[in-house]
Amino acid sequence: MGLINSLGRWGVKKLSSLGRATIMLFYSLVGKPQFRKNFAQFVEQLYVVGVQSISIIVVSGLFIGMVLGLQGFNVLVDFMAEGALGQLVALSIIRELGPVVAALLFAGRAGSALTAEIGLKKATEQLTSLEMMAVDPLRRVIAPRFWAGFVSLPLLTLIFTVVGIYGGKLVGVDWLGVDDGIFWSGMRASIVFSDDILMCLIKSFVFAIVVTWIALFNGYDLIPTSSGISKATTNTVVQSSLAILGLDFVLTAVMF
Amino acid sequence: MKFNKLEFIVGCFVLAGIIAGVILALNVAGLTLNFNQDTYKVKGYFDNVGSLKLRAPVKIGGVVIGRVSNIYVDPEKLTPVVEMEIQVNYNNLSSDSKASILTAGLIGEQYIGITPGFYDEDLGSTYLKDGDVLSDTGSAIVLEDLIGKFLYSLQSSGDDSAKKE
Amino acid sequence: MTSLIDVKNLTFSYGIRKIYDNLSLTIPKGKITAILGPSGTGKTTLLKIIGGQLKPDLGEVLYDNINVHRLNRADLYELRTRMSMLFQSGALFTEMSVFDNVAFPIREHTDLPEEIIRIMVLMKLEAVGLRGAASLMPQELSGGMARRAALARSIALDPELIMYDEPFAGQDPITMAVLVKLIKHLNETLGVTSIIVTHDVTEVMSIADYIYILSEGKVISSGTPEELKKSREPQVKQFINGEFDGPVPFNYPTEKTYLQDL
Repeated sequence: MGLINSLGRWGVKKLSSLGRATIMLFYSLVGKPQFRKNFAQFVEQLYVVGVQSISIIVVSGLFIGMVLGLQGFNVLVDFMAEGALGQLVALSIIRELGPVVAALLFAGRAGSALTAEIGLKKATEQLTSLEMMAVDPLRRVIAPRFWAGFVSLPLLTLIFTVVGIYGGKLVGVDWLGVDDGIFWSGMRASIVFSDDILMCLIKSFVFAIVVTWIALFNGYDLIPTSSGISKATTNTVVQSSLAILGLDFVLTAVMF
Repeated sequence: MKFNKLEFIVGCFVLAGIIAGVILALNVAGLTLNFNQDTYKVKGYFDNVGSLKLRAPVKIGGVVIGRVSNIYVDPEKLTPVVEMEIQVNYNNLSSDSKASILTAGLIGEQYIGITPGFYDEDLGSTYLKDGDVLSDTGSAIVLEDLIGKFLYSLQSSGDDSAKKE
Repeated sequence: MTSLIDVKNLTFSYGIRKIYDNLSLTIPKGKITAILGPSGTGKTTLLKIIGGQLKPDLGEVLYDNINVHRLNRADLYELRTRMSMLFQSGALFTEMSVFDNVAFPIREHTDLPEEIIRIMVLMKLEAVGLRGAASLMPQELSGGMARRAALARSIALDPELIMYDEPFAGQDPITMAVLVKLIKHLNETLGVTSIIVTHDVTEVMSIADYIYILSEGKVISSGTPEELKKSREPQVKQFINGEFDGPVPFNYPTEKTYLQDL
């Protein structure tokens, strides 16, 4: 009985969080948009959320591409099929690693920062004081960050993917001697723009929504103490990582 | 207009993302910016299409001239039909051409190979045009059938040798 | 005496803990009203209820005869443009300078050109004596300066009502005196209605026109400072004279006695 009770209580708690999260998102996005006032905010957040994540995205993309090149070459060379290296690198990065790893890095880099920032604003009563100044914090603080995340992650994913493919090319073609022409043509033959690259983008947009939403809600809903902020930041990274991996499976199953 | 460093950097970021997208489209997916991709449709009846997929290439001697646009079963004849879109610049194919479903390599993707037929007006052959049907088709080779035949021939040759003894 | 805010039969609780039980009070227009009470009696909660951030369980709050908690979101935000609140922490936006902090509400709610905003901001900063600190960031300010900067921000749009949440808490005597003078000055020059929520009795006695003393969710006494000083009620006397034990017990109430607990 105790187990059922606590399970029920847990379920009710989680569902009410989901409800609050949905209400938060609803009020931040619905209504007359104030482009003129919020655009500057949006650009500023694009810088914080997007530009500041570029370095980690580029470096990780490069290394993941290089590792794929190396590992793929070692396996393929046994079958005399090094020609398929381009295909292997491009397919795995575009379909899976690009959107997923970029989203995971984004959750760790930008998501946690968003949670901490919003949480600190809440703890220092900045959000409450906005409300009392008759400025809706959902639309002034949450909305621009949400849109910035929504736009940034797909752009970061594209950058990650291109850097990763060139990383694979660097190892495969320039170091291990796979023929340049075969590398590219194999890739081109197997990658279809309307399938693979659009799917990559769709995944990335979905991840962007989920990660940014989780990050903002955890910040907005946290208990305004220092332990509350650290817990919420951890929650953001854990929840969004799980959500990314779970959704990746679902999306892959639905789309391919 | 005041120069705003932040806006400039964000602009660079967005541009970098867009350039990455264009590189993916052009360089990786090999999307060609050919806007006059006019095609005409022909179809062919096959006994078996194997694992031919939509958008599989249609080739002459290995050169792609079109793509498979539709695969379905003719409701009356109950035979598979494959529709192909062939680029208009290949408009001088004889209606006697043969379309066969071939496999790239041992375990590769299947595609349609066109063997151009002779063009002879006296024999009544015409150029293929939109909506034509290719009468001469070669079906996909199904691996199981092939193995079956092979085993059968092995068996029969074994029988022969047994008789000799 | 016309009233700006009427709190009628307000009941509010956090979970099972009852903060207000059938509380009624009136805030007169253009006066300084102080709400006194020991810490933990939810005085800040009252301000949040008046501002429409928290909904009461029962009862109503009338602001200029408008029921605050019946308004929809848009109307509530509209109403809030007429009031302003000074938070205990100041709640300055940490990512912008003092100048931008004060300019923030003006930029949000008006379309005034930047030159006029500059004049307005400098005027407000001058009023709190921080014109020289306009370019500083909030983290470079001392606690008292931060509170003054926040005060400048809260008067930026000339509100009808300013709610001060513990304005004197944790300030040195000089800053306290400055704040007392500022609150008085703003009330006199701008005619704003002020609500001061505090437990600093002496400071508030000197400026308040009317005082409510709260304890255990109820108004236990009210009156002008002079009336309260003469009061014979033991609870009022304990609070105003600052005696550590009395009708308001020193010990937090428990079910068991100390001996039982041991």
